[in-house]
Amino acid sequence: MTKDVVKQDKRGNGQDAVETTRGAHIYRPAADICETENGVVIAVDMPGVGPDDVDITLEKRVLTIHGRIRPTQPEGYRPVYAEYGEGDYERAFSLSEEIDEAKIKAAVHSGVLMLELPKVEPARPRRIEVKAA
Amino acid sequence: MMLYPSISYSRDPFLAMRRLQDEFDRAFAFDRAFAPVLSETGRAAYPAVNMWQSENSVAVTTELPGVEPDDIEISVKDDTLTLSGERKAPEVGDKAAWHMRERPVGKFARSIRLPFRVNPDNVEAQFANGVLQIELQRPQEDRPRRIQVKAA
Repeated sequence: MTKDVVKQDKRGNGQDAVETTRGAHIYRPAADICETENGVVIAVDMPGVGPDDVDITLEKRVLTIHGRIRPTQPEGYRPVYAEYGEGDYERAFSLSEEIDEAKIKAAVHSGVLMLELPKVEPARPRRIEVKAA
Repeated sequence: MMLYPSISYSRDPFLAMRRLQDEFDRAFAFDRAFAPVLSETGRAAYPAVNMWQSENSVAVTTELPGVEPDDIEISVKDDTLTLSGERKAPEVGDKAAWHMRERPVGKFARSIRLPFRVNPDNVEAQFANGVLQIELQRPQEDRPRRIQVKAA
């Protein structure tokens, strides 16, 4: 049951050759999803993205994250060798009904976006007494 | 003309193996976690680096998201730069269940050959937003000198 609390959206799966209108590539960042008793934590690797450069939108239970890169360009240098590319990051996750959408928190620390998605307060099972007529 | 990928049962087992390898490579070519450069052990070299050069200095940049600056070790000898450190696994409680684990964790070490010998006393490293930038200077005595040509 817990397996489908957060599903990975299949759109753009593995596509890192998409280009933005700014001419930058869009990468699908690596993510960790962990569920605890109280909620779900998502960690997304976004190196080069600062705390002000992340857009998070929630629409119809689909959480979309977009990180704008601050390209690394050492001043006075020319590139001579490259193993990795730089670009924006985009990924979407669909949330289950268990998540309290109003209480989602996000923070960026050293290039990692941490999303905290608390669960809604569990509905307590009620015992209904059967009264003898 | 049909453009379906056809499977031909060749008699050459090595050809079949090579095809499988090609398909495997293509399947993972888009994945960012698999750096294209392979180390001597055949595994992807981590971390992937970009190199920049000016006349008398070289800069190396690498992406290490989530790594604390204290957990990164940089050492320089002659023309070799060694990066090592650890990407720590996130701390979660016993009752936590993982649904997805894509972010690599563990110890890493990598040596990079620089285009020239550098002065180990003049190395600057900055770490911002998960991107490490190291600047290394060419020693004064190694810098190219301009030789004036005199008219006889």
